[in-house]
Amino acid sequence: MKLNAERRANIVILQPVGRIDHQTADAFSIALAPYLETCNASGDRLLFDLSALDYISSAGLRVLMIATKRTKPVGGQLAVAAPQDMVREVLEITRFDLVFPVYASVADGVRAWSGDAGVG
Amino acid sequence: MKVRFWGTRGSLPIALTAEQVLNKVAAALHVADGRRFDDMATARAYAATLPFAVRGTFGGHSSCVELEFTPPTAASHEYFLCDLGSGVRPFGNHVISRHGAHTPNTFHVFVSHVHWDHIMGLPLFTPSYLPGNELRIYGCHRNLEAALRRQHGAPSFPVEFDQLGASINFISLTPGTAHQIAGVKVTPILQLHAGDSYGYRFEYNHKTVVYSTDAEHKLDVPAAIERFVDFLRDADLVIFDAMYSLADAVSVKEDWGHSSNVVGVELCQLAGAKHLVLFHHEPVSDDAQIAVVEAESRRFETITRDGHRPLAVTAAYDGLEMDL
Repeated sequence: MKLNAERRANIVILQPVGRIDHQTADAFSIALAPYLETCNASGDRLLFDLSALDYISSAGLRVLMIATKRTKPVGGQLAVAAPQDMVREVLEITRFDLVFPVYASVADGVRAWSGDAGVG
Repeated sequence: MKVRFWGTRGSLPIALTAEQVLNKVAAALHVADGRRFDDMATARAYAATLPFAVRGTFGGHSSCVELEFTPPTAASHEYFLCDLGSGVRPFGNHVISRHGAHTPNTFHVFVSHVHWDHIMGLPLFTPSYLPGNELRIYGCHRNLEAALRRQHGAPSFPVEFDQLGASINFISLTPGTAHQIAGVKVTPILQLHAGDSYGYRFEYNHKTVVYSTDAEHKLDVPAAIERFVDFLRDADLVIFDAMYSLADAVSVKEDWGHSSNVVGVELCQLAGAKHLVLFHHEPVSDDAQIAVVEAESRRFETITRDGHRPLAVTAAYDGLEMDL
């Protein structure tokens, strides 16, 4: 599991690559931790680009839930974009599509947030 | 070997409302679209082709599962049960209709934990009133006997525990240890639930059934996952607490002590189990919702199989009988 990062103004686009399963969820959590520190009302927004994610297990989804629970109380925003078909289905079956916005593409996610105040 | 589900609902027994029955009848009539049935047999045969959520119900009795290792006859029999939820009442009536009231039987009962929905059926379990019967109640909780005694007698019930006619014995089991009980190998495992719960692995004649309800899986410690996967290893049937969606189980209902259909599929895949039974249904879920969860679980198993052994998935319902 590898986590690429790219900044566009105050949107940080995080791209996990490969698989996040029971064996790699912890590494994903560790790689994600620094980005959660700055995700708050006046700070960064996190957009997960899932286009290179082949599989995510419940352990991986739990990491995303913890990230949501940690950032939401301080006004942070988190969304996912461009899931492959299988991952999109997993998000629907697990009801994680109700936990955070799921955009069809990274551009859609950036566009949705760019319309908001505070996004440069 | 057979497995019969007498109670499959979580937390609290429920029943269909008149409105829900009306909706099922209306849905059936709508699908029938003017068909004519000359007799009840024809109508019944047609009804059997309708989706389960229209023609049936997953039911509302709380946890009780019968494991039939050898086929019973009218003679005395050794029955195996998991939990004493309200489903044990129809089970008891079924036993009496088979044997009559005077044939002594033995009931080996394995209790997951003593929360009320898992023990509430005992006061209305008719065989416990009949002299000659023996109840051997197994568990890992030190307060097992006290909990069962407490729900009998004033002010909760008109019959004191000591007035029950059957011989009732409590046997303490050790988690992680295999016990030979009436020819069946039984291994309990400690599970995460308020006040603890225990799952049971039953092995008999090259068949394995695991009963695991009221168990939360945190998924944050790989060693804990591996421990449970080992418990499920190569099981023919896994009866699994699938009360919540994954999103609920790790958010608003975290630490409520229950699991999800998705985690059930994943653990069974890792263990190489053959058949997952979704159990302990959320009481607020109606039949249509449980049917959706069952269909989604099958789909999830298909899209995530990736080299794992194919896993059958079934949502349990009161009255379901499975052959192994």
